[in-house]
Amino acid sequence: MNKYNTFEKIFIYSGILIFMTFILLPFVEMFYASLRPLDHLFRSPYQFYSDDLSFWAYREMWNTVPMLGRYIFNSFFLATSVAVITLIFVIPAAYSYARFKFPAKNTSLYVLLAINMFSGAVLLIPLYKVLRTFGLLNSYQAMIVPGVAFLIPTSIWLLKSYFEKIPIDLEEAAFVDGASRVQILRHIIAPLSTPGLVVVGIYAFIGAYAQQFLFAITFNQKKEYMPIPSGLYEFIGYQSVKWNEMMAASLVGIAPVLLVFIFLQKYIVEGLTAGAVKN
Amino acid sequence: MKQKLKSYNSQTYLAYALIAPAALYIVLIVAWPLLETIRLSFTNSSLAGEDYVGFENYQKMLSSKKFNGIVTRTFVWMFFSVSLKLIIGLIGAVLLNANLKGRSIFRVLVMPPWVVPIAIGMLGWLWLYNGYFGIIAGVGMRTGILDGPFGFLAYKQSAFISTIIADVWVGTPMVTVFFLAAMQGVPRDLYEAAYCDGASRWDRFFKITLPQITPVIITMSLLSAIWTFNSFEIIWILTEGGPRGATTTLIIDTYKQALGNYKFGRGAARAVVVMILLTLFAGFYLALLARINKKISHE
Repeated sequence: MNKYNTFEKIFIYSGILIFMTFILLPFVEMFYASLRPLDHLFRSPYQFYSDDLSFWAYREMWNTVPMLGRYIFNSFFLATSVAVITLIFVIPAAYSYARFKFPAKNTSLYVLLAINMFSGAVLLIPLYKVLRTFGLLNSYQAMIVPGVAFLIPTSIWLLKSYFEKIPIDLEEAAFVDGASRVQILRHIIAPLSTPGLVVVGIYAFIGAYAQQFLFAITFNQKKEYMPIPSGLYEFIGYQSVKWNEMMAASLVGIAPVLLVFIFLQKYIVEGLTAGAVKN
Repeated sequence: MKQKLKSYNSQTYLAYALIAPAALYIVLIVAWPLLETIRLSFTNSSLAGEDYVGFENYQKMLSSKKFNGIVTRTFVWMFFSVSLKLIIGLIGAVLLNANLKGRSIFRVLVMPPWVVPIAIGMLGWLWLYNGYFGIIAGVGMRTGILDGPFGFLAYKQSAFISTIIADVWVGTPMVTVFFLAAMQGVPRDLYEAAYCDGASRWDRFFKITLPQITPVIITMSLLSAIWTFNSFEIIWILTEGGPRGATTTLIIDTYKQALGNYKFGRGAARAVVVMILLTLFAGFYLALLARINKKISHE
């Protein structure tokens, strides 16, 4: 029943081709533009063919965007910090939700889901005032503090499902045999939950990388703390945008997340869809 | 032994202690600011200070024609964007669900628009939409559809459509992947039985696949409605809500009022409207989820 005849195959593949063109065209065009000299790009109407492709823009962009190296570092630093801090808060909470029965458990889990639906934009005003009061505007913390808050809910849900997969019998057996809670944590839970922790950590990293715009343009005006998206966004307002270099810088900026994702996509997609589909 | 085990599993104080740090964080950074937003909406707060003004912000906002236009526009924008995401996502999922060579690669290739920071993706779209040098205008001019350069983001109607398309581009991968996962969860034997009964591919899709994945379709419609409603970066980077307000949605307007003009009070009143609408969406979503869960546990 899974065999397709030639006509069906052609039909499906052409469908996939159209669908994929929509999804990937911006990336392909970004890459192509980054390889072309500027005077080829600035021809109207658009020219499909350039014989003069080179990686020149990838060298020149460091001069055009003088802080690019710093932006890339900032993006990495911010995403890593947010991911690590998120995990610190999420691990005990997720474990508690996976293992204990307590009043208001389900309600609070649904409240967490609801929080996920509020965008940062609603909270910007009070957050702006709080950060200003504590002198945290224009600093890394201005982007890390709100960033963590919006990753906690999903991360708890994700990690909870990983903890639930560890058979409780193992823990109970060890407990009855006289193992302490700390010993159980070290010898049973920690090793068995490592894959889950890695997936949730990566989810938080990608999420943190993706959210680096709203908080960054609102709470930080200092160039030395800007992540790539807000750093590059500044250049778009200029009279003549050097599009080839801008596209080159964008691609270099997103390469790390793309690589992380491609290597681990199976686990991330499984983890994210598991809850929704089973429910 | 039972006694001992009970002491292991039902230590409520420990359960709460483990959740406390995360809960406290959420309360400080999300819950308190939400309440503070409501309070600020009754003041004329700005960088200079604040006074209580009662319902003035709300009265001004609700009586302004512009604001009513923004609300309508937000829902029109949302309607088209969500519908397109669902339709394209469903078609994409059906195509990628076909048992053909290369499908595992295609499944990976769908995801980049979702993985990449939206802001970076939008820099790419800015270039695509460029009226003189962009590829879309280029194709239009070469095929004769356009008779000259055309700035897609410079005219009201085309900017409205262009931002929707970019939003669909960002949102479709997630929808596709969820639909795909749901389709793979449909029990094989249903198809086999239908195949033996001589049902066509078409029949099998409409009589088995579609009803089986309906819960996920409903869930995803609500979730993408919420995400689309919250969409900020896409419009902000492409048009900043222009030209002449043509792409100003509620979120964009809230941001402009609050942090463009530093009129925190007026911005907060808009944020409260956003909150109320989001609470409604979230309520629908959670009620639905609870119902689906109940159904599953009954079976």
